[in-house]
Amino acid sequence: MTQSVPHAAPMVTFTGVYKHFAASGSGAAFTALDGIDYSVAKGSITGIIGRSGAGKSTLIRLVNGLEQASSGKVQVDGVDVGALDEAGLRTLRRSIGMIFQHFNLLSTRTVFDNVALPLEIAGVGKADIEKRVRPLLDLVGLADKHSRYPAELSGGQKQRIGIARALATEPKLLLSDEATSALDPETTQSILDLLKTINADLGLTVLLITHEMEVVKAVTSDVAVIDRGRIVESGRTFDVFTRPAHETTRALLSGLPGSKLPETLARSLKPAPEAGDRAIVRITFFGATAERPLVSQLISTVGTEVNIMAGTIDEIGGEPYGSLVVAYAATPETSGRAERFFTENGLVTEVLGYVA
Amino acid sequence: MSPDLLLLIGKATLDTLRMVAIAGLIGALIGLPIGVFLATSGRGELFPAPNINRIVGLIINALRSTPFIILVVAIIPFTRLLTGTSIGTKAAIVPLTIATIPFFARLVEAAIREVDKGLIEAARAMGATPPQIVFKVLLAEARPALTLALTMTLVSLIGYSAMVGAVGGGGLGDLGIRYGYQRFMPDVMLVVVIVLIVLVQLVQSAGDALARRFDKKSR
Repeated sequence: MTQSVPHAAPMVTFTGVYKHFAASGSGAAFTALDGIDYSVAKGSITGIIGRSGAGKSTLIRLVNGLEQASSGKVQVDGVDVGALDEAGLRTLRRSIGMIFQHFNLLSTRTVFDNVALPLEIAGVGKADIEKRVRPLLDLVGLADKHSRYPAELSGGQKQRIGIARALATEPKLLLSDEATSALDPETTQSILDLLKTINADLGLTVLLITHEMEVVKAVTSDVAVIDRGRIVESGRTFDVFTRPAHETTRALLSGLPGSKLPETLARSLKPAPEAGDRAIVRITFFGATAERPLVSQLISTVGTEVNIMAGTIDEIGGEPYGSLVVAYAATPETSGRAERFFTENGLVTEVLGYVA
Repeated sequence: MSPDLLLLIGKATLDTLRMVAIAGLIGALIGLPIGVFLATSGRGELFPAPNINRIVGLIINALRSTPFIILVVAIIPFTRLLTGTSIGTKAAIVPLTIATIPFFARLVEAAIREVDKGLIEAARAMGATPPQIVFKVLLAEARPALTLALTMTLVSLIGYSAMVGAVGGGGLGDLGIRYGYQRFMPDVMLVVVIVLIVLVQLVQSAGDALARRFDKKSR
């Protein structure tokens, strides 16, 4: 692959990656990864989302060589992971941090000593460890807990320690393996904010796997949807969220608040209008349109009979995004005015159906 | 009870302590690495050597299924080779050590296997070498369990050390057999039993307290 601009080179590249697991005592042979071609851009926060068993855990473990691909190539910052020997792998791993769903902190070590562990492993001297660990504990906001043991901390605090530990060797890439799945929504948000800060301040590339669309929506700039060992859809998070093409993506998105019609409305939808029916239309705003007073203009253009049925305003991958479901009389006259208005203002709309 | 008898009991107690301490120390030092090996040498583990693992496991099982009193007699030539004698406290240390190794090794294996696999994965992800994983993760995290394993081993050793008395091994068991049983002195027997009970209690309490200090999980 040739790249003219060096910093545009990807941090991680998967090229034709397959992973087969041989049949073992408990299970039949199966293919966890079925031809993965994907690149993770440097400096991005990239999410890989899929249901459990989709292959995402295997995929992330290929990056730091905890698992080896059956065939294909995994490159990290230009280094072919599969070609490294054990010593080479250990060097690579010291440049990649990893955080885990269940934190994986050592219960017999204090907070300080947990964060110091990767440095001890790398052979860093005591004085330098001290110098490195303190600011990390400050960064994750737990400086006052440095001589506590993990059992004395909450889940969110444990994950902060996990993050501090992952950053100890100053990695260029952070792998996150369902890091917020064991946390409540509020704590999840604070951990995600921390990841965002780290990404912005340290320029660290973050590759995270999750089954929660909320997580992808909140922090990632890029996303890949994985299903049965294949990446079925990928791109900028905003694009994938606002224009999901694959049914798996749609299914995963349907769990998000604001993306669903109210149950009673959804049930009474008809595919074609009858006399006196109202049209149900979803208007999606993004970019500049999200910030203009379009609703009031719509009402004055179409008439007084515009009714708001559902709506949400949100941010995806840092971009404002709005979705509004409106109802108006399905007469040719009103519809014509509305459609003209949508076209003139460059709005993306979708007629969901008609109700009496 | 005459002062002479009390002196005898005191000396026998010291002999027992010496046997238990030396056999326990050597047995634990040899049993620990064997236990770690057993816990880490299976297929796909840190030091994969499934065949050697199986052979070592077999030897351990064979030693553990041999009744102690038979083991004592069976290894007399070996004992003589090492200590120049087959009776007395010094000689008794050899079979006690041989019995301790497989016992402790299995307890160590169980303690190491109890360590969360996620911690091994985290250490590997940090770029740890297998020896670093053993020392910084496995042994460190298993410390409370290892302390309890050592306690259990020492308690068993106290019992075994009384058994070697039956074949002239010295110590409290020897005293109980020769005076309490053969000379029919029930008071000596009673004191021997009480001293053994106190020893076991002391070892167990000390071990429990130490394990509790090491355990940072339940607070």
